[in-house]
Amino acid sequence: MIAFHMPTLGADMEAGTLVEWLKKPGDVVARGDIIAVVDTEKGAIEIEVFDAGVIDRLLIAPGQKTPVGTILAMIRAPGEPPGVAPEPVAGAPPAVAARARISPAARKAAGQLGVDLDAVEGRGPGGSITVADVERAVSGRRTVLSASDRLAATRAAVGAAMARSKRDVPHVYLSNTVDLTPALTWLRAENARRAVTERLLPAVLFIKAVGRACADVPGVNGFWTDKGFAAGSGVHVGCAIALRGGGLVAPALHDVNTKSLDVIGREFADLVARARAGALRSSEMSDPTITVTNLGELGVESVYAIIYPPQVAIVGIGRIVDRPWVVEGRIEPRSVVTVSVSADHRAVDGRGAGAFLTAVERWLQEPAAL
Amino acid sequence: MSAAPAKRTTYREAVREAIREALLRDPRVFMMGEDVGRYGGAYAVSKGLLAEFGPERMRDTPLSESAFVGAGIGAALGGARPIVEIMTVNFSLLALDQIVNNAATLRHMSGGQLSVPLVIRMATGAGRQLAAQHAHSLEGWFAHVPGLRIVVPATLADARGMLWTALEDPDPVLMFEHQTLYNMEGELAEDAGPVDIDRAAVRRPGGDVTLITYGATLYTTLAAAETLAAERIESEVIDLRTLRPLDMETIFASVRKTRRVVVIDEGWRSGSLSAEILARVAESAFYDLDAPVARVCSAEVPIPYPKHLEDAALPQAPAIVEAVRALMPASVSR
Repeated sequence: MIAFHMPTLGADMEAGTLVEWLKKPGDVVARGDIIAVVDTEKGAIEIEVFDAGVIDRLLIAPGQKTPVGTILAMIRAPGEPPGVAPEPVAGAPPAVAARARISPAARKAAGQLGVDLDAVEGRGPGGSITVADVERAVSGRRTVLSASDRLAATRAAVGAAMARSKRDVPHVYLSNTVDLTPALTWLRAENARRAVTERLLPAVLFIKAVGRACADVPGVNGFWTDKGFAAGSGVHVGCAIALRGGGLVAPALHDVNTKSLDVIGREFADLVARARAGALRSSEMSDPTITVTNLGELGVESVYAIIYPPQVAIVGIGRIVDRPWVVEGRIEPRSVVTVSVSADHRAVDGRGAGAFLTAVERWLQEPAAL
Repeated sequence: MSAAPAKRTTYREAVREAIREALLRDPRVFMMGEDVGRYGGAYAVSKGLLAEFGPERMRDTPLSESAFVGAGIGAALGGARPIVEIMTVNFSLLALDQIVNNAATLRHMSGGQLSVPLVIRMATGAGRQLAAQHAHSLEGWFAHVPGLRIVVPATLADARGMLWTALEDPDPVLMFEHQTLYNMEGELAEDAGPVDIDRAAVRRPGGDVTLITYGATLYTTLAAAETLAAERIESEVIDLRTLRPLDMETIFASVRKTRRVVVIDEGWRSGSLSAEILARVAESAFYDLDAPVARVCSAEVPIPYPKHLEDAALPQAPAIVEAVRALMPASVSR
């Protein structure tokens, strides 16, 4: 029997509220299937399963706020007989808590109104369920945060992560002004023969170049842990996406270094759309190995970003501007962009970060090879 | 509220007016106790009444609570309407045999043939540094005893109005006057007169929590309610007025509305009136409760003499505020 836990969907997540189950006991699941939706400060996230099997039991009811690590469901491995008791998982919080605190008035109200108290979040003293909680549940609103609450929670989560990063992570900043003329020339020619919907954005070139450079200089691609640097298992580039109404998320594009520009372009468009619709997946939230933030479209010339822990580097892309540039001894107008990298000096020193930045520049000079 | 003009007066004067009215209205009424005549009473309640009514009706007694309470019971049995003053509730323990074994029982033991229309007044409570033999709140003990009615005037109107109604009662009534209230000043209607001694009174309406109290802690509780109102917690403050029989209807009606209840009692909590009230709430209004029942009582020590320790031993407004906050959701936003 495989225990399926509440995943961590960001370094600062402590708990999530299960919004709904998309699978039921008896359903066959494959690795990567979305089996539930969980609400976090950053929005409703679709949770994927990492094991194949058959759903044996769902242990947490929708509406319940659940700490990270809690067992949400038990999954039978293929061929395993049903009805086996769940194996206790060392270190994980018990799935069944002590008897919930429910006030007598709340029990009475729940009985009269037909409310399932297991699905009610207690906000009374000591986390008890009171009449007000039952009435909130019956008003039909799920315990999902309201838009303004979510914005405030997002701000708080981003703020906490950034404050922690600035406090704990010794940042080293490097930047380089990169001649983008060859890349843009290639992009114009490439887009000229594509259908409008297939056209590539410069952003896709940046993402791919970063992904390629990560493969060249793996010391910037991964996480800082208690035991030091841990290299990422792939190159998953987090893309900072501003949300309508405020806040931002940085979900991952997976395995960027091995995917074509076309695939990255499609996936990037899909990622932006889903981020803004609040339909991101758990793996996208939890596993970026490096992040790219692009403020060029706002007119910003350069950005020195704060690392999102436990990642060890973040790349800042500015606006593409036309500047007089010296090319082979002559001054020419060229399109240039300032690319920066902020790196965690515990994991990588200036030399390594510089090698990475140089690799990004080199890849941007060879767009056809991307 | 009466539309009659009001006068500035004190609790002490209101009690004196009540005694005076009783003496004027009913020739069967007389008063006796230690130092009530020439001295004017330990708390100066009966000052001037000896001169006005003479020694037949304002009787100084020997220092024997058992003797003069017993004499009062005998006079009541004989048709008089005695008002017996005991200096403080601590001293009433010397008369416990007379009160519990005689006054409270004779109607029952005589099959209704005998009646003891006696009123015993006494001071109760702490707050004036009178230490452990003069400052306890034992009215809850008397409220344990069938056959007695226990009343506690907390306001000028009740100090003025409860005595006459108590004298009309064919059975013994014990009236407890908190010693810190005698100097309390306020407005009282010129035509203030008898009031009921059956019902509790809602002194402040509110929808979030019911605060049940009586006597001097009414004012501590009202102060706490004011603090809580600034936090948008609206307290309903109930003044019990009569401790036996308890007006549970008023309490239940309030608890059904607020779903939270705190009893504030200057008595100790163990085996107490506050325990009785909350037990009845748990028995009859359990399904209306949205939070555990709570109490703020005196510390379980003999009342200390030093001012700071006396204050620390008594229910104070900050403790009431804390007790209420503990019953409320983390953020009060409805």
